[in-house]
Amino acid sequence: MDLFPLYNSLRVASISTFVTFFAGICAAHYIARAPRAVKGVLDCVLTLPMVLPPTVVGFFLLKTIGPYGPVGSVVLDLWGFRLIMAWYSAIFATTIVTFPLMYRTVRGAFESFDRTLLYSGQTLGLSGTFIFWRITLPNCKQGILAGTVLSFARALGEFGATTMVTGYIPGRTATISTAVYQFWREGNDSLAYKWVAINLAISFLVLTTVNMLENRYDKPKHARAAPADTQ
Amino acid sequence: MSLYVKIKKTYTDFTLEAEFEAQNETMALLGASGCGKSLTLRCIAGIVRPDEGLIVSNGVTLFDSRKGINLSPQRRRVGLLFQNYALFPNMTVEGNIKAVLSKHGGRKNLHERFGRLARNFYFEGLENHYPSQLSGGQQQRVALARIMASDPSLLMLDEPLSALDSYLRWQLEDELARTLEGFPGDALYVSHNRAEARRLCDRVCVIDHGRFERARPTDELFESPETLASALLSGCKNYSRACRLTDGTVRAADWNLDLECSKTAPSGISHIGVRAHYISIVPADAETADGHGAANSFRCSVLKVTEDVFSTIVNVCPLGADPARDFSRIRAELPKGAAGAVKEGDVVLAVIRPDDIMPLRANVPIPASAKCDTI
Repeated sequence: MDLFPLYNSLRVASISTFVTFFAGICAAHYIARAPRAVKGVLDCVLTLPMVLPPTVVGFFLLKTIGPYGPVGSVVLDLWGFRLIMAWYSAIFATTIVTFPLMYRTVRGAFESFDRTLLYSGQTLGLSGTFIFWRITLPNCKQGILAGTVLSFARALGEFGATTMVTGYIPGRTATISTAVYQFWREGNDSLAYKWVAINLAISFLVLTTVNMLENRYDKPKHARAAPADTQ
Repeated sequence: MSLYVKIKKTYTDFTLEAEFEAQNETMALLGASGCGKSLTLRCIAGIVRPDEGLIVSNGVTLFDSRKGINLSPQRRRVGLLFQNYALFPNMTVEGNIKAVLSKHGGRKNLHERFGRLARNFYFEGLENHYPSQLSGGQQQRVALARIMASDPSLLMLDEPLSALDSYLRWQLEDELARTLEGFPGDALYVSHNRAEARRLCDRVCVIDHGRFERARPTDELFESPETLASALLSGCKNYSRACRLTDGTVRAADWNLDLECSKTAPSGISHIGVRAHYISIVPADAETADGHGAANSFRCSVLKVTEDVFSTIVNVCPLGADPARDFSRIRAELPKGAAGAVKEGDVVLAVIRPDDIMPLRANVPIPASAKCDTI
């Protein structure tokens, strides 16, 4: 059995999770403190990929990074390679689809973060950078980890947008989810079952991890009574 | 060492107008919850930006809306002790304090300076504990030490004792008193607890719905509160709407009584207040015992007798007053045994010394209908 789809899926999911990890934290950090109107609009735009059908995301991607799209054509002219129908094309698709998961989970963590910790850091003379890296992030750790694991899981299972921009080329662009589809179409049920089993195992592992993280997040180890925030 | 604050901050349903001055002292900001005490501290610390005004601490302008000055919290040198102490939960005691120490004074002698704080604030041996592993008292000591590590010129304590149970409170109050005594700068102590303010502070500023009253020495507030809000905060329990009849007499409308009052009633009085333990109850047939005649003695019916821990509480209503009205009930707190065999339904004689009647004015203008003849 050719394990390339497993390898490719893990590779694509890892890279796109790496990207959404930073992008999601940055977006959450900025939007959690943005004025209400800005927050509403940006929140809608950034969450959109979560509710849109993946085929719509794939369609937009094809129109943008395809050889005739505004981005794809420039890359093709300048460096001579295509952004679609390659293994890395899936990274664009999975990054966009998983971004809202990361962003929303982390934003929730930032918003439930006890702001008096931030204020006390400021009055004690600690810099904004120190407060963000050494106080805010560590205290939102569980939320950030949960968001990362969820994004990774979603990236592993992404099918719609991925298949539109990568197609199915055995040994080059095949992923677990596209492999299952392909083997079923070919009537190769025994192989399809094997990939389904692999998929189930990975999903189970991921969900167990998320549950463990979220339980810890609900009851943080260092929990204390919420402050009475008068005005 | 001085602090001058005059700020205004408006929200849709609340306006804070703070104005006070502190000079080498511990000043209490006393008020009911939601009156703007904590907000004032947050404005001084730079966490909340006032709409307009001026804040000057030890000659340094922290905020001036006219000149466009608004120093960041980091540059204000203001130590703020939060009600929940706000220790960083992801760092040990040592991490919490060293983070601040190395910011103020660098890494030189870091360990010695840390050791000195640990000794002064009695948390030696707890260096590697996380805040969640500390008791409330230990957390407070560490939080105070952390503030001292930042070398503040002004210390502000936001209800530091209100989250604790009563036994621990006493212990921590003593330690706070020690810290406040040893602190060279000014300190602001926010509380809704009058007794704490009286024990820990030199002067007190009463805040009523966002408005600051004149700052006064703490004992003066308890001897002769001037306004209804300060009388309430000083723990006075009996009030009646009132107006001045002559220099020495007032009419207590809710009690339907004319009373002698030896304190000069200011022209704008709206209420009188009498502390519960200054009211004596004698049997109705007895002549008034201490012989000051019939001054301010009146017949009442006993509504309820309650045994408290160290006293007996007798609720009465003057015979001429309507018990259904809000202010008509009078609460007398008598030492155990002094109430004798008084029981519900009895008619007794209540006596209030003219000295003990406190003329008060309301902060809000009284409606025109509330004149003597109509209330």
